[in-house]
Amino acid sequence: MTAEVRTEMAPALPPPRRSTGVGHWLRQNLFATPTDAIMTVVGALFLVWAVPQLIEFLFTKAVWPGGTVEDCRVMGAGACWAYIGARINFFIYGFYPMDEYWRPNVVFALAALLVVPLAIPKAPFKVVNALLFFVALPIVTVVLLSGGSFGLRPVPTDQWGGLLVTLIISYVAILGSLPLGILLALGRQSKLPVIKTLCVAFIELWRAVPLITVLFMASIMLPLFLPQGTSIDKLLRALVGVTLFASAYMAEVIRGGLQAIPRGQYEAAASLGLGYWKRMGFIVLPQALKHVIPGIVNIFISLFKDTSLVSIVGIFDLLNTIQAGTSDTNWFSPTQATTGYIFAAIIYWIFCFSMSRYSLFMERRLNTGHKR
Amino acid sequence: MATIDTARPAPPTRRLSLNDPVFRGLVYQILVAVAVVLFAAWIISNTAANLQAQNKTSGFDFLGKTAGFDISFSLFPWSRASYYWEAFLVGLTNTILVAAIGIFFATILGFMLGVARLSSNFLIARLATVYIETIRNIPLLLQLFFWYFAVLKAMPAVRNSLELPFDIFVNQRGLFVPKPIPDEAFGWVWVALIAGFVIWFGIGRWAKARLERTGRRFPVFITGLAITIVLVALVWLISGADVQFEVPALERFNFKGGIALPPEFVALAFGLIIYTAAFIGETVRSGILAVSHGQTEAAMALGLKESDRLRLVIVPQAMRVIVPPLTSQYLNLTKNSSLGAAIGYPELVNVFSGTALNQTGRAIEIIAMTMAVYLTLSLLTSAIMNWYNARVALVER
Repeated sequence: MTAEVRTEMAPALPPPRRSTGVGHWLRQNLFATPTDAIMTVVGALFLVWAVPQLIEFLFTKAVWPGGTVEDCRVMGAGACWAYIGARINFFIYGFYPMDEYWRPNVVFALAALLVVPLAIPKAPFKVVNALLFFVALPIVTVVLLSGGSFGLRPVPTDQWGGLLVTLIISYVAILGSLPLGILLALGRQSKLPVIKTLCVAFIELWRAVPLITVLFMASIMLPLFLPQGTSIDKLLRALVGVTLFASAYMAEVIRGGLQAIPRGQYEAAASLGLGYWKRMGFIVLPQALKHVIPGIVNIFISLFKDTSLVSIVGIFDLLNTIQAGTSDTNWFSPTQATTGYIFAAIIYWIFCFSMSRYSLFMERRLNTGHKR
Repeated sequence: MATIDTARPAPPTRRLSLNDPVFRGLVYQILVAVAVVLFAAWIISNTAANLQAQNKTSGFDFLGKTAGFDISFSLFPWSRASYYWEAFLVGLTNTILVAAIGIFFATILGFMLGVARLSSNFLIARLATVYIETIRNIPLLLQLFFWYFAVLKAMPAVRNSLELPFDIFVNQRGLFVPKPIPDEAFGWVWVALIAGFVIWFGIGRWAKARLERTGRRFPVFITGLAITIVLVALVWLISGADVQFEVPALERFNFKGGIALPPEFVALAFGLIIYTAAFIGETVRSGILAVSHGQTEAAMALGLKESDRLRLVIVPQAMRVIVPPLTSQYLNLTKNSSLGAAIGYPELVNVFSGTALNQTGRAIEIIAMTMAVYLTLSLLTSAIMNWYNARVALVER
């Protein structure tokens, strides 16, 4: 008697039809329950209503550079990109003299050249790079942009404007708020009551008031605070205000990093006989700052958005040039204002979104040790 | 034989040396305090000299003087003859009004967005993501300009206003909504409503006691709601109370009657709600994600049904994570309401730090008062939220 013994495996059956394919995906993700189905339909109807209109306004019916005002004034015309194209220099450089545009351009190029390797974690020469970005670049920027030396024509700051000023303010604010924030955070952690109280009061005061009042204060009260006869540049006043404001937020982020360092690190450093500044500078801060890179980038994002407030105290940043542009009667058309705002929104969005992606990327990179 | 000297060495005599941490700390603190005092004195003397050179007086006496300017929107009567302290109050109430309305609606919209972004519905989740990522990355001031200059100012003129359902009208001059005018008997309806809530609360107490005693449930929500509605409806019918709506009507130049909301207010409230809701949505999402899946599974294993699982297990734990950042979002909204100054909504910064400052020139006093208001609001909000946070915080050994 021979037994029937299978020598090879039976072929695997295909999964049930209900659990594969497009139909399954739709059922699972769009029509799982009746409520789900209703929401999907409502969402889809909204998309069908909104997306074609948006595409029409932004692309198909838009007037592209090369078009004229008359095209923009036609009933039902879309975004007037021709207007942006015509005024783009104003939006980027403000009132900066046209034959000196190469100076801001060099600054832009240098900043881009330095910031890219700084942002890539694997790129070499981090210290040199950081020194160039945080120490050399500001000097070069000031010398190049304001002129007056090396045979460069002086350009007063009230002629700076547009995206240039927006970037300068956020760059300076970060530059100034980083050391100030570190000092304030260390002060807040300090065991010395006077220093701790001062730091806490400073941080909480700036964090409690809106930036706009800080800017008002900087632009109206700062001249009063200084000795008679000193006049202080309008842009510089705003820079002081924004920097002080940002340093309070920076201090809180850095404090988070300091608190995340285990006590053992502080104690180990102390047992090596290091003094306070060596302990902080060589052991604690390098670890803490690395921890809070995402937080610092997030501050930078909100700072970048907040720089738009300087337009209220009369500085021609990107938003203010856009706002001033809307009263340009040569390009008067029904969509002029909307186009300007959309253009500004796109620029701000590109900067902020890429920075927030970068912050997410750093967060994941730094988190590898604790992943579950 | 060696002897071990067990006597402890005498403690070193304290000498005033910089190597003594206590003394060193004292020296540092004195140095810092002196530096701060000197700096403050320097600023004060500079300011005094500057003010004298500009022939400006200082002090708070201007508050009792007539302001003599117009304010486009105020919750209580305002005229040119009103005093500066009244202008301060108008600004303050306008700030609080827009902040309260903004917080209310931004919370609702934000919670909806946060839940929607986690939804298993692909389309809804994507829509919420696009909303949040777009709105979060565009400056609020730009959004306010857009709503005010590009949307509301581009609305039709008063003559051909946009008519929405429920007799709501939109035009360049703002939003006009009907104003409810309850008659005298309507007071009884309010009484009935309060009585309904009291009964509801009583049923809840009784049901909880019974649940703990016998383990049997009682449908509190449905019963309470039904009793309240029936009670209110009965009283409404019996008392013959009536609510009339004063519908905004087009007159020669503008709408008359109803509640008129100026475009500045609408744009500011709209912008604040849309902007802050995106941040609240992210807060809510992170809060829900912070509750580990094991909690859901444990609740299932206990046999809790879906609604109880959410109400008793997930939401209380998520709220613990959500509340602190939610507080700072509320504070941000309140502070951001100061951007109304840029589009002409008469809130504190606009009325007081703007117009009043320009007219009186009392920069220091006015800016100090404005900052003090925001400081107080901030401290008050964080105090309330800290109290709440302490109530819901994890109780550990």
